[in-house]
Formats: sequence, C-alpha cells, structure tokens
Amino acid sequence: MIKLNPKLSQKLSYVLLFCATCLVIVPVTVIIFIIVKNGASAITWEFLTSMPKDGMRGGGILPAILGTLSIVVCAISIALPIGVCAAIYLNEYAKDNLLTRIIKLAIVNLAGVPSVVYGLFGLGIFVMLLKLGVSIIAGALTLAIMELPVIITTARGALNSVPYSFREVSLSLGVSRWQTIQYIVLPNALPGILTGAILSIARISGETAPILFTAAAFYVPHLPRSVFDQVMALPYHLYIISTQIPGMPKNIIYGTALVLLMLVLSMSLVAIIARLYFRKHRKW
Amino acid sequence: MRRIIDFTIEKIIFLCGILSIVFVVLIFGFLLKEGFAFFKDYNIVNFVSGKFWYPTSDPAQFGILSLIVGSLFVTVGATIIAVPLGVMSALYISEIAPKGVRDVLKSFVELMAAIPSVVIGFVGMVTLVPLVRTLFDLPTGLTAFSGSIMLAFMAMPTIVSISEDAIRSVPWSYKEGALALGATRWQMIRRIVLKAAMPGIIAAVMLGIGRVIGETMAVMMITGNAAHIPNTIFEPVRTMTATIAAEMGETVKGGLHYRALFAIGLVLFIITFIVNFIADLLLGKSKK
Repeated sequence: MIKLNPKLSQKLSYVLLFCATCLVIVPVTVIIFIIVKNGASAITWEFLTSMPKDGMRGGGILPAILGTLSIVVCAISIALPIGVCAAIYLNEYAKDNLLTRIIKLAIVNLAGVPSVVYGLFGLGIFVMLLKLGVSIIAGALTLAIMELPVIITTARGALNSVPYSFREVSLSLGVSRWQTIQYIVLPNALPGILTGAILSIARISGETAPILFTAAAFYVPHLPRSVFDQVMALPYHLYIISTQIPGMPKNIIYGTALVLLMLVLSMSLVAIIARLYFRKHRKW
Repeated sequence: MRRIIDFTIEKIIFLCGILSIVFVVLIFGFLLKEGFAFFKDYNIVNFVSGKFWYPTSDPAQFGILSLIVGSLFVTVGATIIAVPLGVMSALYISEIAPKGVRDVLKSFVELMAAIPSVVIGFVGMVTLVPLVRTLFDLPTGLTAFSGSIMLAFMAMPTIVSISEDAIRSVPWSYKEGALALGATRWQMIRRIVLKAAMPGIIAAVMLGIGRVIGETMAVMMITGNAAHIPNTIFEPVRTMTATIAAEMGETVKGGLHYRALFAIGLVLFIITFIVNFIADLLLGKSKK
C-alpha cells in the first residue's frame, strides 16, 4: 500500500468530507427549489381561501389549512402542559432511582414508536374505545402523545441550562421548592421551552400517518365546526391529490406541497433563529 | 395554605412525570390485546413465515414474510446510503467547518428534519421515480431502490445531529494529547475522535434505522406496494408500515383483517423498541 504524506492525506480527507456534506445538503435544497419553482404559480388568494372545486382539481385548500391548524392547536395545548410538567419532574424532583430510569426509557421508546403505530393506537383507543369517532380531538390526542417525548426532552434541556446557583439563592432565602421553580427556574427556561414547542408544532403539522385513521377525511363540504368534526388536513390532502385523483393538474399539487412546506419550514426557522438569539442574549 | 398548594402541584407534576410510562404500557398493551385476538384465529407461525398476504381472498392469507423482506430491503438500502454520508458530514460539521458555517449547517440539518414525509414522497414520485425507470430501463420506477434513496434523506438529519453531538462531546484533553504528540488534525480525527465517539455514532445509526423502519407515507408513495418477495432492489416492494396505512381504511373494524394490521403494528413496535433500547444503552455509554 502506498503511504501517503500525512499533510496530503489530510487534504484529501477534508475534500472527501466536504463532498459528503454537499451530498447531504444539495438534494434537499433541490427538493425545496423544485417545489417553490413549480408551485409558486398556483398560489393565489383564491387558492388559499376557497373550498375545493371540480372534485379538487380546481384547487381551493381552505378547509385543509383550517383542519390542520385546528388539529395542531388542540394537540399542542394538550401536549405542552403535560410535557413541561414531566420535564419539571425529571429535572427538578426526580432522584436517580429505578423509577426515573424507567421513565427515561419510556420517553426514549415513545420517541421511537413509528408514526403509523400511533395511528393504530389512536384508532383503537380514542376513535373506537372512547367513542370520539374520527375527529379533530381524536387526532389531536394521538399527535399529543406522539409529540410528548420531544417536548419533554427540549423542555428538560431548557430547565437544565438554568444555572444551579439561581435555585440555591432562592432556596436559601426560605422560598419553597415549587415557588423557586415557578418564579426563578421557569421564567428563565421559558425561551427554550417555547422554541421547542414551536419546533414541535412544525413537526406535527406535517404528520400524516397518525391522523390517517383518527382525524383526516378525504373531503368535507364544510369548514370544521367543533372538535368532534372529521376534517380535511393539509398533509393528507397532498397525499390524496398526488396519488388518488387521476388527471390532477400538477401545479395544484405543487402549490399544495408548497403551502405545507412553507408552513412547516417557516415555523422551524422562526424557532431556530429565536433560539440562536436567546442563546446570545441570555443573562448568564 | 401555601403548603397545600405546593403539595397538590408537586403531585400533579409527579403524575405528568410518570405519564410517559403509562402511555408506553397502554400502546404496548393495546397492540398485544388486538394482536393476541388475531393469533387466536390465525396461526402465529403462518403469520410470521407465510409468503402470501391476501387479506381479502377466501380463505384470507396473512403471511407477512414478504412485508418484512420489503421493509428490510428498503431499510438496508437507506442505511447503506445514509450512514457513510451522515457520519462524514457530522465529522465535517463538528471538526472541520469554521464556526459560522457550522451554525448554518446545523440549522439546515434541523430544517431538513422538519420536511414532511408526504412532501418527500411527492417529490420522489415526480422526479426520482421516472429517473430510476429510464436510467435502469425498468418497467416501473416505483422500486425498493427509489424508496431507499428518499428514505436515506429522512434518516440523515437524525444520523448527522446525534453523531455530531457524540463527536463534540469527546473531551478536549484527548484531542490536545494527540496534537501534542505531533499528529495532524486529520490523524487526530480519524484515530482518536472517531474512536472515542464510536458508541454515540452507532447509537445515531440505530436511531436513524429506527426512523427508516417506521417511515410510512414516503414509502407508500414510492416503493410500488407489491406484496411479493423481491429478487433485486429494483423491484417494487411493500413494507409493513405501508400495509397498515393503505389497508386500515378498508377493513371492517374489529374483524380479522383489522386485527391482522394491529398484529403488524405489534411486530413494528417490538422491532423499534429493541432498536431504540440498544441505541439508548450506547448513548449512556458514550456519555461516560
């Protein structure tokens, strides 16, 4: 084997690693570019704010947008309080014992359960057993459980980054543990918790498999009226129009994909930028 | 009064804390219940080793071997593509890229993770599928190969970000020691950093694999959904996840077919549980 000069082999390897990074980055950029280029022409005020026309071939995605929004708002208002409380328990109260280890294992496992299995679970428990039917609330509960491990993990990171000395000072002044958490730890951890929540919202807005049998409908002739309504949802709508409807005009599909993509990416971007900002400007 | 409030709040917090366990047990219990009801009517050996998935014929056949092989083909393909690329870019991002570039790349990888799988599936359908068809001169571009490529991109963010964490948590003293002995930066990265971060990198790979096995929508849209055992990666396949997603809508709730899909869900749950458990063990090891 030829022995390369260490300097040369370093150069070659750096080039190789750089190329690998490009191979990860470029295709995704191309995907986004293709959708923006082909979808931009379909986006009009009417496309966004009217009911589907011509058996969906004429565009109109208002009910799908509103359906996704209502599912996501319900899901996050269930998952956020529970997730933050669980994170407070793990970070502030839990001792290093068997129970804590089991909780952590459960969180890791919840994070790994395939989304379609959440769909099955939601169908079995919420739709059938609790008789909520295929509805916004059944889909939201399913998504809430699915998003719980992510919220717990990010909230825990935020709580953990609040310096320990803050708590010691507060406790040494005779303030109770919960008051310390309420007035000292939580306010300081809030930016981190919120950015985590926004990332979660972005992620569940794009999920299809969990709402497939719990909330989503092929077509609903009216806008969502209550949490017990079956609704159209943006990701499911995209799935339907790109696979199930023959003769679907391509630009309508691209337009729908663009709306979904922008919804998800803009929220993620806001969260990422906010996090960078808070990291730079934090008080400690 | 204060005491009572504190006491109640702390109890509520504790309840939320153990809720994760409750949910895991509920999900597993529910899948077990429906799965066992299915195995009462259908032999478990025929279920796992049967080659034919004909849920609507008479008598119905529920052999998931072809679905397992389908999931395996797609997962192995995606892993082969995603692991080298993912680990190499994690090395680049954490050790070589200048700080400004690193922050941008990390944010980009995080954005990648947020792209919905239906969007990936749709783009794959309109771009990659026709390309694969003409390039390899196949009757259809909806193949395990096309699925693997698209899934590799979905596993990439997980692999990159978790490997990157592992690489960055290698203690400074290791690196300084290597450099002080006259190693070049690359020798240090290859012989010291990579070795020290290995458990974390393997964990990242496992978690990436877990994501690919559980991926549903993109796979359903790209792999062709033919329930047969493929000979090569250039044939259509059908995965376990796609079967559940595609057929649940048409089943009679509570019927044999419905329960068969829950039994597939049980198999998926067990596989991902094992994968994640191993990854978690490795991550714990890499933190020490």
